Amino acid sequence: MIFDYNVVWENLPLYFGGLLITLKLLALSLFFGLLAALPLGLMRVSKIAWVNLLAWSYTYVIRGTPMLVQLFLIYYGLAQFEAVRESILWPWLSSATFCACLAFAINTSAYTAEIIAGSLKSTPPGEIEAARAIGMSKAKMYRRILLPSALRRALPQYSNEVIMMLQTTSLASIVTLIDITGAARTVNAQFYLPFEAYITAGVFYLCLTFILVKLFKLAERRWLSYLAPRKH
Amino acid sequence: MNKLEVQDLHKCYGSHEVLKGVSLTAKAGDVISIIGSSGSGKSTFLRCINLLEQPKSGRILLNNEELKLVSNKDGGLKAADPKQLQRMRSRLSMVFQHFNLWSHMTALENIIEAPVHVLGMPKKEALEKAEHYLNKVGVYHRKDAYPGHMSGGEQQRVAIARALAVEPEVMLFDEPTSALDPELVGDVLKVMQALAQEGRTMVVVTHEMGFAREVSNQLIFLHKGLVEESGNPREVLVNPKSERLQQFLSGSLK
Repeated sequence: MIFDYNVVWENLPLYFGGLLITLKLLALSLFFGLLAALPLGLMRVSKIAWVNLLAWSYTYVIRGTPMLVQLFLIYYGLAQFEAVRESILWPWLSSATFCACLAFAINTSAYTAEIIAGSLKSTPPGEIEAARAIGMSKAKMYRRILLPSALRRALPQYSNEVIMMLQTTSLASIVTLIDITGAARTVNAQFYLPFEAYITAGVFYLCLTFILVKLFKLAERRWLSYLAPRKH
Repeated sequence: MNKLEVQDLHKCYGSHEVLKGVSLTAKAGDVISIIGSSGSGKSTFLRCINLLEQPKSGRILLNNEELKLVSNKDGGLKAADPKQLQRMRSRLSMVFQHFNLWSHMTALENIIEAPVHVLGMPKKEALEKAEHYLNKVGVYHRKDAYPGHMSGGEQQRVAIARALAVEPEVMLFDEPTSALDPELVGDVLKVMQALAQEGRTMVVVTHEMGFAREVSNQLIFLHKGLVEESGNPREVLVNPKSERLQQFLSGSLK
């Protein structure tokens, strides 16, 4: 077998365009996902039963169904209803980028909410007691002690979620977007060289993953050094 | 003047009554040691004072201000006004058996946390105070260390500095040396002795009979949720009247 470097070389601009789309999808969905995950995670540790149940139902449904099904429901499914097509949201809901971001954000928010809730629950009880004993209100305790500590401890798990999300963005190629995988599909369709097309996409994802892992390592060194073995 | 007054405190876990009416009065400068075997209710009593545990009945007064209590649904008492409870808690700082420092903050950050974010002290002033107290407890050189990187004795001294930083009316110590290696106990006790000598009001649950005898001016021996004997530690420890205390001391006093 001969690997056709020329095809890859000539189509690199297409891949780099795809890279930008992938990064845009990833950044937007992570940002809005995290924004939603924070209150959801707090709801998941609430002692008020219905608040907890509400968030639990959300994360259960989202985590219990495939990402692709959610994406199809939002992109193709919603368009089936006339009310949606005539609503003021239609300009957004007819855009593949918006639908993909929405589906990804919903998906990652559910997983991230569970990560945050787990991290909150594993806060050492003594630290919570110390905060209560010194006269902190509940809100202050969450803001000053529980969340800063829990979010730091959630970093390693969250880095995993981010890397999973990066791979998941490849689903966007199915709803017509030309992300990295979309670029590979285009190249394959033109030249019928699936190996070249998808190996190149794979290399792009590998590089991105490598960078993300490095970034999270730096973040952990910055914010989680208190859990590392003593150095001085 | 009475700094802290606890009257007729009762506490139940389910149907088991662990405190059957315990009272305590601390005047300014008093150092009260509470001793007793495990299960006697001494830690529970201390934790009821700042409502980390909900008592079943009783009154708690700090500086003659009574903490307003109302019944909650489990048959215990809770603070009627959370704001009042928070204010009183910040005047009553606690030192725990397991230090309970906030692990994601350095020693210095642990100490300035409550002054800045509970009492609203300017950060600069809080930092100066924190360094002063760290010096005082002898761990200034560890000011930028995280709790996980310190020894138990250092952590407990930082915890004492944290409790001092809010300039409390009364300090509550819950077995502050029980989780420490024997050779580290002395450092912490020395710090506590120095605090007692400057006239701080302290309530100390302890197993250190030497501390109880030499440093405190009042001793309470709890047994099965009741004050079995109390008084001047030198008299009580040398001449215990109750059989329970005699038994307890023969087992622990060396």
